[in-house]
Amino acid sequence: MSTLVSNISNNGHTNYLDYKGKHDGLKGWIFSTDHKRIGILYLIALLSFFAVGVSFGFLIRLELLTIGKTIVEPQTYNAFFTLHGVIMIFLFVIPGLPAVFGNFFLPIMIGAKDVAFPRINLLSWWLYIVGGIMVIISILLPGGPADTGWTFYIPYSVRTGTNVIFTGLAAFILGFSSILTGINFVTTIHRLRAPGMGWFKMPLFSWALYATAWIQVLATPIIGITLLLIVVERVLGVGLFDPALGGDPILYQHLFWIYSHPAVYIMIVPAMGVVSEIIPVFARRTIFGYKFIAFSSIAIALLGSLVWAHHMFSSGMSSTAQFVFSLLTFLVAIPSAIKVFNWTATLYKGSIQLDPPMLYALAFIFLFSIGGLTGVVQGALSVDIHLTDTSFIVAHFHYVMFGGTGFGIFAALHYWLPKMFGRMYNKKLAKVGFWFLFVGFNTLYFPLFVMGWLGMPRRYYDYLPEYSIYHQISTVGSWILILGLIFIYYNLIRSLISGQKINDKNIWGGETLEWQIESPPIHDNFHEIPKVTSGPYEYKMNDEELEKEVK
Amino acid sequence: MIIAQSQFVKSVDFAFFFIIAVSVFFLVLITGLMIFFVIKYNRKRNPHAKNIHGNTGLEILWTVVPTILVLFMFYFGWTGYKEMSSIPEDSMTVNVTAQMWKFSFKYDNGKTSDTLFVPVNKPVKVNLSSLDVNHAFYIPAFRLKKDVIPGRQNTAWFTATEISSHPIFCAEYCGLNHSYMYTEVVVLSESDFNVWVNRGVPNIINAVDKK
Ligand SMILES: [Cu+2]
Ligand SMILES: [Cu+2]
Repeated sequence: MSTLVSNISNNGHTNYLDYKGKHDGLKGWIFSTDHKRIGILYLIALLSFFAVGVSFGFLIRLELLTIGKTIVEPQTYNAFFTLHGVIMIFLFVIPGLPAVFGNFFLPIMIGAKDVAFPRINLLSWWLYIVGGIMVIISILLPGGPADTGWTFYIPYSVRTGTNVIFTGLAAFILGFSSILTGINFVTTIHRLRAPGMGWFKMPLFSWALYATAWIQVLATPIIGITLLLIVVERVLGVGLFDPALGGDPILYQHLFWIYSHPAVYIMIVPAMGVVSEIIPVFARRTIFGYKFIAFSSIAIALLGSLVWAHHMFSSGMSSTAQFVFSLLTFLVAIPSAIKVFNWTATLYKGSIQLDPPMLYALAFIFLFSIGGLTGVVQGALSVDIHLTDTSFIVAHFHYVMFGGTGFGIFAALHYWLPKMFGRMYNKKLAKVGFWFLFVGFNTLYFPLFVMGWLGMPRRYYDYLPEYSIYHQISTVGSWILILGLIFIYYNLIRSLISGQKINDKNIWGGETLEWQIESPPIHDNFHEIPKVTSGPYEYKMNDEELEKEVK
Repeated sequence: MIIAQSQFVKSVDFAFFFIIAVSVFFLVLITGLMIFFVIKYNRKRNPHAKNIHGNTGLEILWTVVPTILVLFMFYFGWTGYKEMSSIPEDSMTVNVTAQMWKFSFKYDNGKTSDTLFVPVNKPVKVNLSSLDVNHAFYIPAFRLKKDVIPGRQNTAWFTATEISSHPIFCAEYCGLNHSYMYTEVVVLSESDFNVWVNRGVPNIINAVDKK
């Protein structure tokens, strides 16, 4: 053991990509407990699942190009949107930023060598992979892929002959992966901050991950329990949810949304953290309202746990419940609005450079604002009655989840990938990719707002002629969007192989700790654990400049 | 679109367009400011940034103003909803049965139909029940939607205000032919409706009805 320790400490100063631990080659990756390598493992898996999810999305839109059958039968279409939802939500958006960039950068940003429980971290990656593979296998097993939508509403989900149980089990396992990541991050932030790294000296991405981690730990077990209750019902015949056994389908909906609404914040809060990192760096000034941004993440986590039933306004709840859940839904919009205002104010009197990460961050603000504001529209009870379960909802959550989290992930990729691999992508091509993605995105999703207001229900294989034009525009948008994704993938992957090497530690002029270390970082992250004396976005040179001018 | 097809349309559309108007205002404000700042404080034009750590007055302003606005939005949504949930005593009742993948309607006199015929300007109460899985009874033109859930009876009501016909959709996913779970509501004048509802109904019930 002692020889091993000395061995590791000897090459702890080599770059983490070349580092040799107990294992070599592939094993050196899939059994590595280095938070950076685990982050990369997640990244590879995540981008692969994303590509699969996008393919299903493409097929959904293609089927909807014309009235009646375009490419597939209804059963296949129903499986497409179920798989699209399950893969995107459980395998891409929920793990998304915490698992990849949280793993890689959280320890570095707070001045730590690793997360608190490196082995549990590896376990959570393995659980994620097992869950992901199960989702893919469910497509191939006899019975066929689940056709219930990602919400698995009972009683349909217990009537259908498709592989629902298997897919549900996959979600159960993925839930554990998420809980473990959450526990790890909470502990890491509490215990492993470098000397001097007080709570209010932490970068805002860490604050966002902290709020997210608590939701992961507290909310995810509920979906686990719900899935277990379904097993109890099926195996022991205890009537819980299925009216055929004397159960209540509404109870299932409550339990499902008690998790799945907070899950929306698991998805979006880390992306808000990314934007809070990028804006000050590319405006080259202190962030406006640091504490308000930090606390609004916590407020979202708290309030966001109390609004789940807004997904069920048309289900026939009591008026009191409707009243409370509608009111709280409106209030949860406030902390998000506070963030948006503070980000915008951070641009004021900055010195702004529109590099690709900044483009994505600004697009995030725009698209997330549309997503958030249309969420407010649905908070109004009478309006929600009309809009719920129409394509308006589909548009709303794609603006939040893709326009928000998705663009946040692309912002993070363009911001941090050069640090992670020490190689730079082509900035011009990155901007071309961005514009295709942005234009395609709006062409794809905006028409869904309009036709949703006009009454087009969601999860429809076919539609009335009056909705044709919106469906056609939307499908064309999906092609533009995918073209953008191809540019982005090509550019980023090419950069890892043959991108220009960067020697500069700090390519963007950031002041958080990851910009003070090598690109790519060494195995131990820091040659010496740093002593932190100032906040994350101080930009003291601005004040010095100002003093000079005054003189 | 502009003609109110049911008595809910006015309040729902008012709440909707009020929120949309406020939203568009804020979206234009934020986007406009972003673009303006990006141009004005471009690094080429403005090489040196100025540090501003925050401003408590502004923070209070942009917390309080949106809070007041959302309380108004909440109020408009709530009053509209209250109207939807208070069913008038003198409503005519129609029993709606949903199953994979059709709706059927049964009237008090025993008349059944696959299309929903209703008289104009008369409150109609629908009792919603499902024979199998969750469905939702949705008439976009009336701004009316209610889930139809097996094992419990939901109710809803509306007053159609124009002689016309409109689609009825199933809005809660219910499997293979969910998108074909479609029928129409046909709004007739009171006299046309009375003729229709009594046509082909067994005589005994007819006689009872005429009394
Ligand atoms: Cu929600
Ligand atoms: Cu249905």
